Amino acid sequence: MGNDALLVLDKVCKSFGPVQVIDEVTVEVHAGKVSVLLGENGAGKSTLIKMIAGVHEPDAGRILMDGKAVKIPNTKASEALGIATIHQELNLVPSMTIAENITLGRVPRKFGIINRRAMRQIARDAMDKLGLKLDVDTPVGELGLAQQQLVEIAKALSLDARVLILDEPTAALTKSEIAHLFSVVNTLKAQGVGMVFISHHLDEIAEIGDFVNVLRDGKFIATVPADTEENELVRLMVGRDIDAQFPRVATEPGEQPLLSVKNLSDGMLKDISLEVRPGEVVALAGLMGAGRTELIRAIAGADKYSSGSVAVNGKKLASFDVAAATRAGIGHVPEDRKTQGLVLDASVAENIGYATMASTAKSGLVDRKGQKARAQQVAERLRIRMGSIDAPIRSLSGGNQQKAVFGRWFTAGAKVLLLDEPTRGVDVGAKVEIYELINEITASGGCVLMASSELPEVLGMSDRVLVMSQGRIAGELATEEATQDAIMSLAVSNVHREEEMGTK
Amino acid sequence: MSSVATAPKKGFDFKAFLANNGALVGLVILCLALFIATPRFLTGPNLLNIGIQVSTIAVMAFGMTFVIVAAGIDLSVGSVAALSAMGSSYAITTAGLPDGLSIPIGLAVGALCGWVTGAMSAYGKLPTFIASLAMLTVVRGLTLVISDGRPISTSSSVSWLGDDLGPIPMPIVILVVSGLLAAFVLNRTVIGKNAFAVGGNTEAARLSGIPVKRVLVTVFVISGVFAALSGMILAGRLDSAQPTLASGYELDAIAAVVIGGASLSGGVGRISGTLIGALVLAVIRNGLNLLSVSAFWQQVVIGAVIAIAVGFDVLRRKNVKH
Repeated sequence: MGNDALLVLDKVCKSFGPVQVIDEVTVEVHAGKVSVLLGENGAGKSTLIKMIAGVHEPDAGRILMDGKAVKIPNTKASEALGIATIHQELNLVPSMTIAENITLGRVPRKFGIINRRAMRQIARDAMDKLGLKLDVDTPVGELGLAQQQLVEIAKALSLDARVLILDEPTAALTKSEIAHLFSVVNTLKAQGVGMVFISHHLDEIAEIGDFVNVLRDGKFIATVPADTEENELVRLMVGRDIDAQFPRVATEPGEQPLLSVKNLSDGMLKDISLEVRPGEVVALAGLMGAGRTELIRAIAGADKYSSGSVAVNGKKLASFDVAAATRAGIGHVPEDRKTQGLVLDASVAENIGYATMASTAKSGLVDRKGQKARAQQVAERLRIRMGSIDAPIRSLSGGNQQKAVFGRWFTAGAKVLLLDEPTRGVDVGAKVEIYELINEITASGGCVLMASSELPEVLGMSDRVLVMSQGRIAGELATEEATQDAIMSLAVSNVHREEEMGTK
Repeated sequence: MSSVATAPKKGFDFKAFLANNGALVGLVILCLALFIATPRFLTGPNLLNIGIQVSTIAVMAFGMTFVIVAAGIDLSVGSVAALSAMGSSYAITTAGLPDGLSIPIGLAVGALCGWVTGAMSAYGKLPTFIASLAMLTVVRGLTLVISDGRPISTSSSVSWLGDDLGPIPMPIVILVVSGLLAAFVLNRTVIGKNAFAVGGNTEAARLSGIPVKRVLVTVFVISGVFAALSGMILAGRLDSAQPTLASGYELDAIAAVVIGGASLSGGVGRISGTLIGALVLAVIRNGLNLLSVSAFWQQVVIGAVIAIAVGFDVLRRKNVKH
């Protein structure tokens, strides 16, 4: 790396109160290169990005743009310097068209009236740069998440962005969508845009990155080439070797099924039957939109189903009744902890206690002491890192928030855990801890049904794999025979319009 | 993060106290200013007067707090107060039922109205704003139908609610008792805690096995009961149930809850805050009366106070979440 860097963060520091979040970190962004930020949750990646985006100003150190020191006190200043950030939560107005979104806040005007022709042209030019062929009059809300993301990138480009920050852009995308995104990134590289890329997926880093900046606990660890061995990257990131990324300890499964689903059908789901025995971890694999989340939610009682049955220990459960499922020993860790798993304003203790609040209450009064003691106990057992049990849950990192959702079901004594993307947005260290929790459940005679889009997780943590395709169970694989190819060929079986599925 | 960092500080954290009790600080400053401005403010009769004034709004707002904590809004409380007072008076004075049934009938009418609003939004999927807006009109209409647009004199037990208990006016006694009861239910019972969970994140509450629909109906029933109580206090003071009783009170009740620090997006709220919010409104009205400010200007001032109080609160929250 020479001195031709587009953007340099030079030994920047930042602290919030007594906590030093960023400690002399140096990161360079070069034109036409992808600079990866790698680190566990809480390593300081997002604070760093916020410095570039103008949300936080560094306490010490310099930010250089084209070799000149600049100040970025607010997001407007960042935008003026040609920096654009694509956040995980997209900044688009769903009810407005692609063209309106791309020109939002700077609508071309003629005699004070919106010049729709110019507006469309601006949008089309931006879309062309990315090689996208979408009608710019389509409302953004009608697009899939992947396409929305591309619209957001197009919007950034039409603002003449030279530095593009992509904050976990692949987290919610399918394989084919990721491939498309990466081809767009390569197009941008060729156009000389410098990019910062954040991802928890190590395999993506080698594919798309040029070099990797590793952060740990707010400190700069190293800059290494992107083709560095994955194990080495993990070692740099975590500071120690992770012996086993997937510490699955198989348990001899029991005879009688603990969870049995028979002929479950509902719009999306078609005649699903499956059994999970005590001690087993069964993974649900498949493409996005194959019906995994729908199946998990139907079993958990979160959604209605029209026919079929769900039974725990041979006892049938009422449909669409979360409370009944909970009483039967089902625990549901939903897909998105922020919108479905947690009450963010409430404390850690309250969030852990929701499933047991009513059952432990005496004549309608909450058992406050008991609830707190139980939460404290489970928090210690799951090693939830927090200020205190009364701290608001939003102050915890993603991995620890996820552990709190697990903790809720541990407290409730759940025997059947339904996990929907259990490690999404969770860093490597906390991932391993969550896997250990899965082991604990099966060792104590419980069972796990886990929907996951992460193939390594499916292969590494399950005893059997059920592959779903278009709302059906397309096939079952023993973990030994489950390979990426075997799973994918089942996942796309009887998918006639594969491409459409992939982009939905 | 900053709130976590400042929490373990030893001793009394004055700054944190100020930040968390903005409405209380405002109320104290307001009282001090009035104390200096007019000698008539800090007199026994005037304070009792404020207490009576505040009791109807505060009791109504206690019930409203449950609804707002559960991320709803209840615009029907003013009308419900009127129908409850009218219904209880009608049953005794006109229909000739025994006097002892008067208060139970009033409360039952309030509960029923709340149940209908709650069921419309929980099972009929109407937004609470719309469901309660519809009820505001329907219930006021029913009040006019029953009374034929004329006041009905109250039963003796409802009149008793407007009397004195020894040296203390009954409305103030009811205010204190119902406030303690509301705080207890909101903070200590499963009903109250469920309201917080549902208001904080409906989906997370549902997936934890909390019966979200029942919670929604329950908070509206609670709101209806408190509105009924408030309406009967008002009727008791007047010794008659007026068909236009408590009209427009819903907005004062909502203002009291919000000035007290509750969030209209749900999940946050305190009964003590609501009481302070109601007191702020009552003290301002009282002070402006004492200072002979015209009733027209009073409305301007009250509106500004609501905006300022909530504005401060929004700023505070923003700082906490950096």
